[in-house]
Amino acid sequence: MDLTRLEINRRTALLTSAAIAANVVNPMRAFAQETPRKGGVFNVHYGAEQRQLNPSIQASTGVYIIGGKIQENLVDLDANGRPVGVLAESWEAAPDGKTVTFKLRKDITWHDGKPFTSADVEFTAMNMWKKILNYGSTLQLFLTAVETPDAQTAIFKYERPMPLNLLLRALPDLGYVSAKHLYESGDIRQNPTNLAPVGTGPFKFVRYERGQYIIADRNENYWRPNAPYLDRIVWRVITDRSAAAAQMEAGELHYSPFSGLTLSDLARLSKDKRFIVSTKGNEGNARTNTLEFNFRRKELSDIRVRRAIAHAINVPFFIENFLGDFAKLGTGPIPSTSTDFYPGPNTPQYPYDKAKAAALLDEAGFKAARGGTRFSLRLLPAPWGEDISLWSTFIQQSLGEIGIPVEIVRNDGGGFLKQVYDEHAFDIATGWHQYRNDPAVSTTVWYRSGQPKGAPWTNQWGWQDKNVDKTIDDAATEIDPAKRKALYAQFVKEVNTELPVWMPIEQIFVTTITAKARNHSNTPRWGSTSWHDLWLSA
Amino acid sequence: MRILSLAGRRLAASIPTLILILIGVFLLLQFAPGDTVDAMMAQMGGGDAATAKELRKFYGLDLSIPAQLGNYLWRLVRLDLGFSSIYGKPVASVILERLPPTILLMTASLSFAFFFGLVFGVIAARGVNRWPDTLISTLGLIFYATPSFWFGLMAIVVFSVYLQWLPPGGFEDIGVVRTGIWRALDIASHLVLPTLTLGLIFLAIYLRIMRASMLEVLNLDYVRTARAKGLDETHVVTRHVLRNALLPMVTLIGLQAGTMLGGSVVVESVFSLPGLGRLAYESVVQRDLNTLLGIVFVSALLVITVNFIVDLIYARLDPRITAEG
Repeated sequence: MDLTRLEINRRTALLTSAAIAANVVNPMRAFAQETPRKGGVFNVHYGAEQRQLNPSIQASTGVYIIGGKIQENLVDLDANGRPVGVLAESWEAAPDGKTVTFKLRKDITWHDGKPFTSADVEFTAMNMWKKILNYGSTLQLFLTAVETPDAQTAIFKYERPMPLNLLLRALPDLGYVSAKHLYESGDIRQNPTNLAPVGTGPFKFVRYERGQYIIADRNENYWRPNAPYLDRIVWRVITDRSAAAAQMEAGELHYSPFSGLTLSDLARLSKDKRFIVSTKGNEGNARTNTLEFNFRRKELSDIRVRRAIAHAINVPFFIENFLGDFAKLGTGPIPSTSTDFYPGPNTPQYPYDKAKAAALLDEAGFKAARGGTRFSLRLLPAPWGEDISLWSTFIQQSLGEIGIPVEIVRNDGGGFLKQVYDEHAFDIATGWHQYRNDPAVSTTVWYRSGQPKGAPWTNQWGWQDKNVDKTIDDAATEIDPAKRKALYAQFVKEVNTELPVWMPIEQIFVTTITAKARNHSNTPRWGSTSWHDLWLSA
Repeated sequence: MRILSLAGRRLAASIPTLILILIGVFLLLQFAPGDTVDAMMAQMGGGDAATAKELRKFYGLDLSIPAQLGNYLWRLVRLDLGFSSIYGKPVASVILERLPPTILLMTASLSFAFFFGLVFGVIAARGVNRWPDTLISTLGLIFYATPSFWFGLMAIVVFSVYLQWLPPGGFEDIGVVRTGIWRALDIASHLVLPTLTLGLIFLAIYLRIMRASMLEVLNLDYVRTARAKGLDETHVVTRHVLRNALLPMVTLIGLQAGTMLGGSVVVESVFSLPGLGRLAYESVVQRDLNTLLGIVFVSALLVITVNFIVDLIYARLDPRITAEG
């Protein structure tokens, strides 16, 4: 890779993100002469088609990017990452934490004209969030009932205390409401509405041509005044990343979300004035690169070996030369973008130190044999992104230098999950840990013992720690926000000491969007939000 | 009537092959780690084990492998291709939707490659070892050696990004609703680049085969006789040489119909065409066994049909080869 070119890219990208940051702080100054323009078609890159489009039953960016414009959630995050009401106007938790009351907005109708009421919230919560929605079923495990004394009130009853800040940070992703009258009868998963979603959002579903495109048009009866601005959104299915970049340049696409282009195309387009390439607006979709250890391998169950492996890999060098601006040094499972929970960098860390790594391995009794080999490992990289592929090669070379030859075994998505999280047929594995704004949503399952075999992205390492389990359980039901934060700081300290999974790199998705777009990337999960205020300048 | 009975016999003979292919693909996919529920979890970004179990039951994956295979074959006997787990509808209708773009692309590229391969092959053979031959052969080699995804991307960069003459991808324009001839023209303009990309490699093969077989036939005795009769050169080439030189070309079409279906995966991905190739790729990644087996079945039928037509053309070109052969 050409280092000098990368330097320039980094500077350009930094300037770009600084400029965007300034605009968000003071939008009036940046676009003072511009008045929002109505109309226009917004073309979105859609890389991987999903089996359905309803965000009430599937929590993934591939669904939000479409379903999130058509259906709405109870709560979303504002520009500063604070919960802000969407379908819910206000909320209140009882002192014991077992009751949370939501007041819903009045006079909202579904796209088919029927009124939106608390009955819809009750139905969705009990039948979709609690039973079908991934991560929702864990979040709402202790939800016993949703009471609806009137059409504008939904009272969530929990068996155990539910921390309000957890619920409010989880609901932007796990709180999309579906219409009861469309899902009442029949199997929810097989309901045809899942592929022709009906919601309360600013855009109405028009049609879906499988393998080609999805169209949604402006909802004339949308509840927010003067919204939306766009006439239409078209999602174009383009599976080839390079072809998508070419379509951006040809003007056929306005927006490619969630790092949908190749790293080299992102670097190239960031220098093009017609586009903005930035991580802004994706802070709510942080992820960390992992190194997962299988404790069934005798060598890896020795903590000195795990620490030696971490010390042997020069993470800052890797980030600087391969990932550039789009990543930074990670300090554990809670990324620095999570202002409410980030414990700071002062937890146990493993800086690059080859000599120390070798000493630790010697101490553990794995002395280099003739030819310099100590023992060999099988590494399974996940196929989710280019960075994982580069990172796995970097691990291979780094470990090779301290006498641990690594064989890389590549699989596609289904194969990777099966081999790592079900069959445990790996020594070390690497992929992404997705952080969903609160550690209790999708982070602590990586460490809590007792996860059923076959559950992807959970503790399948053959590792168990009583203290860590207790900290996780205490934090999940602690309703005092300050105490919860302290418990998660303790959690990070504990897992960084034991190191069953090492999370040394933090990344945020990269957005590529036309410079004509206004009011874009203005919330931490912008790609998933409803785009009610997005408009295109002439 | 003879043609019909021949067609019947051909089809009957290919049934055992077809069943063997289907069983082979079925077993091969069992070796791939993970099933359609794992693939779905990968796409969703997580899910609990209870849900996974429930889904496996729903898709019939909790049965033993022989039972699954038995079920599949029994359904096939009743001409039922089953239910697609990624599309949530019958495989037959999923494939039917994706068939037109692939057949259009295949026919267009084959015709393009065949026609220009023939013309350039003849020109090269007529001017053997002189500049037209060298030029055509060199170009042919370049086309043959270039990977098609690179050709596709470069075509997009040149014709769509810089010159903006042709659309960079998709099957038709979404913005405007067109009907009749205008729709046909719109689809045609979307197919120009994919056809060229897919066709160029085959063009290179055809022109080399054509050149070689022309050179061979041109040296045969009956050509000398024809010339001795006083026929002019154009006559000799079109009436006597070409017809005999065409036989290997026609054979090649039959052989390459299958290859072309495979090659369309790359081209369909680069140009975002909703065709069979991309569907096949997606079904493998998503472990959608029913859809994949359905595609194998339909592709096999396509190849059998093409080969049958090739046999008929043989008989027409060379009366010595009767359809009985």
